[in-house]
Amino acid sequence: MPPVDIDATVIANVRLSPDYSVLSLAAPEVGKRTQPGQFVMVKPAGVSDPLLRRPFSVFEILRDASGTVTGISILNKCAGRSTKALYALEPGDVVSCLGPLGVPFKPVLAPTEGWMVAGGVGLAPFATLAEALRAARTPTTLFYGARTAGELFYLDFFASLGVNLILTTEDGGKGTKGRVTGPLENALKSVGPAGAMVYACGPEPMLEAVAKLAARYNQPSQVSVERVMGCGLGGCYSCVVPVKPTSAKATAGKHGDDLSSEARSAKEEHASLVRSCITGPVFDGAELVWD
Amino acid sequence: MAPDLSVQIGSLTLPNPLIAASGCFGYGLEYEQVVDLSSLGGIVSKGLFMKERQGHAPPRIVETPAGMINAIGLQGIGVHRFVNEKLPLLRKAGARTFVNVCGTTLDEYVEVCKVLSDAEGVAAIELNISCPNIKEGGIQFGCSLNGTYDVVSAVRKATTLPLIPKLTPNVTDVASFARAAEDAGADAVSLVNTFLAMAIDVETRRPKISNVLGGLSGPAIRPIAVRMVWECFQLVKIPIIGMGGITDARDTLEFMLAGATAVQIGTQNFVDPFVWSKVLDGLTDYMTRHQITKLSEVVGTFDPTPPKAVHA
Repeated sequence: MPPVDIDATVIANVRLSPDYSVLSLAAPEVGKRTQPGQFVMVKPAGVSDPLLRRPFSVFEILRDASGTVTGISILNKCAGRSTKALYALEPGDVVSCLGPLGVPFKPVLAPTEGWMVAGGVGLAPFATLAEALRAARTPTTLFYGARTAGELFYLDFFASLGVNLILTTEDGGKGTKGRVTGPLENALKSVGPAGAMVYACGPEPMLEAVAKLAARYNQPSQVSVERVMGCGLGGCYSCVVPVKPTSAKATAGKHGDDLSSEARSAKEEHASLVRSCITGPVFDGAELVWD
Repeated sequence: MAPDLSVQIGSLTLPNPLIAASGCFGYGLEYEQVVDLSSLGGIVSKGLFMKERQGHAPPRIVETPAGMINAIGLQGIGVHRFVNEKLPLLRKAGARTFVNVCGTTLDEYVEVCKVLSDAEGVAAIELNISCPNIKEGGIQFGCSLNGTYDVVSAVRKATTLPLIPKLTPNVTDVASFARAAEDAGADAVSLVNTFLAMAIDVETRRPKISNVLGGLSGPAIRPIAVRMVWECFQLVKIPIIGMGGITDARDTLEFMLAGATAVQIGTQNFVDPFVWSKVLDGLTDYMTRHQITKLSEVVGTFDPTPPKAVHA
């Protein structure tokens, strides 16, 4: 279904920490269309500063007591002016919300397991994916790493879905001390014969490490990347990511960004730049080229 | 009587003056899912060379006050793939397709235009002699009066398609470049391309985009662009396609009053891909309020009489 643009009223803006909030938006037409892993382009409505919208994974699809979709939420982490403006919004404020956009995750079916690997705000796309996986009765695990215990959010939500939680913190305040890739590698070493689909979202070095670990243990991965994005619709070519040239043809479809080898410089010999907004944000981890 | 929003660019009649700007609308097909391409006056393709180009490394854009700086580096699929893969679909969608033509040499401009002249479904050629972001070609023609005259003359001999050089604002007197283009046989000129700009991350002391320099667009540049359109309008007779930070009908009218026959919208399409119908509604409303039946009558009707002093 095509994306829609909604002037969405803020239902709630729950501050989870001094940096993080969950911004709930009355955007039922966006919520009804959203598949796990898709994103929205968001900015406070009616202002020219910030000028451009910013991309956010849809965090939750909101429903009322009868199950009717009422909107979406986004997991917002303060990083710059735009995210700070969103953090400060109050119920009743209005947000321009365009979406859903982008290629969603492909859910995996049992007996293959679904392993979600989240770093920090990279938790965002996994609430909806966990719901989809559990609805299909796929055994699901969340490997979730954060800086501190205070930045591990929504643990009860995932537990209530029956998701197996494996937590890490950099300071050791909760779960295993260290990076999320440690427990992931341990699990990969003993993965069962039905295998696991590894989903990842988080900082770039984590994504690279996860994709390479999955490949080392012969498991497929789907990685959600984040790039500076101007439009979300393929217009501006700012959000490009390098992919293996053979992948570009297969994934870019009718909007193909793939280049013949003569068009690539020596440095780029093994990569084509494709737009993460319409070819992604979810990519096969084996297709991405890391710097 | 239904308001008449149509405009004439040389031999080309557009149903309305709104054109999607090059580099801001992909190849047009990306936007089919949100906009009826035939409802726009026209669309301008991404800049095309003879061959494919990979463009610059990311990050390629950064937001700045009321605008953005970009250095995409003309990533593109080349004219042949455009003609084979995109043009048939654009024709099917009813788009009036302007093709933005780039070149590293005068010969390349000519050859790309020849390919387009032989293709079905090209409404006009916008000659890109003004991209600030690549070293080779383009701007070296656009920043020299002789270079502008020479490249427009050469392409003029190679095609009968409406020919619209896109001018850079990064010169002392843009109107003299419009005159050079007119003298060389251009059917219209479009202006302005982006303003050469840069932004520095003060924490790291490094550039905010990989190319260091980029082109500034968005509302921040609008008053300068309006001034340049007005300067050109006073010097040339060919139609002017105005652009620079247009966000709504009021901005569109400002350019038209200053002398633009049509306008292009770029950055605002990133902010709001549904901008087109909103601007058309605003133009119709203006025509009703001012009892105008044909929008093109407002072109160049700016009255430079000083405004009355307003006391707060």
